Amino acid sequence: MHLVDARIKLLLTLAFILTVSLLPSGAWPVYVLLVFLIIGFDMLSELGMGYILKRSLFSLPFILAALPIIFSNNGPTAGVISLGPWDLVITQGGLERFVSIALKSWISIQAAVILASTTPIPDLLGAMRALKVPRLLVQIFGLMWRYLFVMADEAQRMLRARYARSGTSNNPDLKPGGSIPWRAQVAGGMAGSLFVRAIERSDRIYMAMVARGYDGEVRSFNPPKINALSWLILGMFCTFFGILLLLSILFWS
Amino acid sequence: MFYSVEPMHIPDGFLSAVVSIIFWCLSIVGISIALIKLNKDTDERKMPLIGMLGAAIFAAQMINFVVIGGTSGHLMGAAIAAILVGPWAAVLVMTTVVAVQALIFQDGGLLVLGANIFNMGILGVAASYIVYKIITRLSGSKKWGIYLGGFSAAWLSIVLASISVSLQLAVSGTSPIRIVLPAMVGIHALIGIGEGLITVGALALVFAVRPDILQPSRERFAPGALLAIIGFGLAVGLVLLSPLASTYPDGLEWVAEQQGFLNAAREPVYKIIPDYILPGISNEALATILAGILGICLILIIGLIMAYARRKRQTV
Repeated sequence: MHLVDARIKLLLTLAFILTVSLLPSGAWPVYVLLVFLIIGFDMLSELGMGYILKRSLFSLPFILAALPIIFSNNGPTAGVISLGPWDLVITQGGLERFVSIALKSWISIQAAVILASTTPIPDLLGAMRALKVPRLLVQIFGLMWRYLFVMADEAQRMLRARYARSGTSNNPDLKPGGSIPWRAQVAGGMAGSLFVRAIERSDRIYMAMVARGYDGEVRSFNPPKINALSWLILGMFCTFFGILLLLSILFWS
Repeated sequence: MFYSVEPMHIPDGFLSAVVSIIFWCLSIVGISIALIKLNKDTDERKMPLIGMLGAAIFAAQMINFVVIGGTSGHLMGAAIAAILVGPWAAVLVMTTVVAVQALIFQDGGLLVLGANIFNMGILGVAASYIVYKIITRLSGSKKWGIYLGGFSAAWLSIVLASISVSLQLAVSGTSPIRIVLPAMVGIHALIGIGEGLITVGALALVFAVRPDILQPSRERFAPGALLAIIGFGLAVGLVLLSPLASTYPDGLEWVAEQQGFLNAAREPVYKIIPDYILPGISNEALATILAGILGICLILIIGLIMAYARRKRQTV
């Protein structure tokens, strides 16, 4: 999976996520098929199931937003939960939709994790460029990526310094750390210093780029041609997804 | 470690295809406009600045502070970006941040990236910039005006973004609007206070170290400011009194009842805030007031945009 061309991977991932998103709710056999498919890709990517599962599950707290759908009026009742004066009616249709959304989300995230973890960033940027993302935007991504970890390290250092200088206390009555405005000012000051450093650093970076011949154009090497086998695999998968989508829409909506 | 904990990045699978595509189109339009405007600027220094500020905002999102007990507030960044580098660059900065979060850290889906970019990058930046400009102009760019503008801009950017997320979820059928709208907006009204506080803190530091970025001035209040403030105060006051309005039908409705053609009226095609009652809030008086405030803000924004556009044309 690491060796596949980044452009193919990007297109494949997008096609996969698109297919998953468009599947109608309740098409369980197709979902199971896709779960096996993505697990197959997980194993092919040699990233380790633990890693992938950990990354794919942390976005799922958002599922709480979809929780109320279980109780919407969608078809026959499956059960009732009584919470004090309110009776929450679980509908079958609602439950179906909820599980569908959760599954779809989980599968899509795994695809994104595989893409991001098996592709070096410069290749990923090149793939975006090949998809006609504007060059200025891709340049900005690249610059941001380079300095992301520099800035993140500075933020970590500031957080550690703050932690070292603040008190924490096990006594619940004693509230350490000052008042909320004071804490906000400290946190804001940390953020503000990051911004000021960013602004001044960008000036220095610009000077350095100009000194090395930057004239507004970013040029890069031509990426190697995609061989026919990769195109074939891409085509096969896309047709497979298309047929799957068509059949699901016919049978389940 | 690098992800933001705010419940605002929508993952894949939560929005319907139609909604995703619509917001992709809106985002692409917004980004293109920002790119064109920046290119016209011919200031190449902006390009590293945007990348760096993106990295800084990303890192700043790791900085939190305890608000109440176990909850902590932290930064989204649209407001501070808009204040520091102006609206067009800020759109690109936030787009970069949101896109990298989605692509590399899977914080937010790929197909719904358009919607996420729109909520945080375009809507957030636009709202913050407009509010900031209004307040600083009214106060004559004095220091407290900048702080007040920064706080309001930050708070509004979070709240508007959360409203947008709720509407997107509701239209996609993922969440019923009468639950998700009050829940999201309620939570984010509180989170917005945290964002406002951090933004003010950051502005304070920038003010101390590099005041030239913020360009404060010693002018007196802008002309017409008093009128604007009185007008706005009147509007808000009337809105607060609106639940006391008479429930008798207005002229046309009364005639329609008398003549018997009231039933010929058809239902509206869509209902966002039917009958001036914001959906999802059980207290009708409160719902009416909030609907009124929402209406005032919308009209104010539209009026300001038109005035601004007219002024630009006049200076050409």
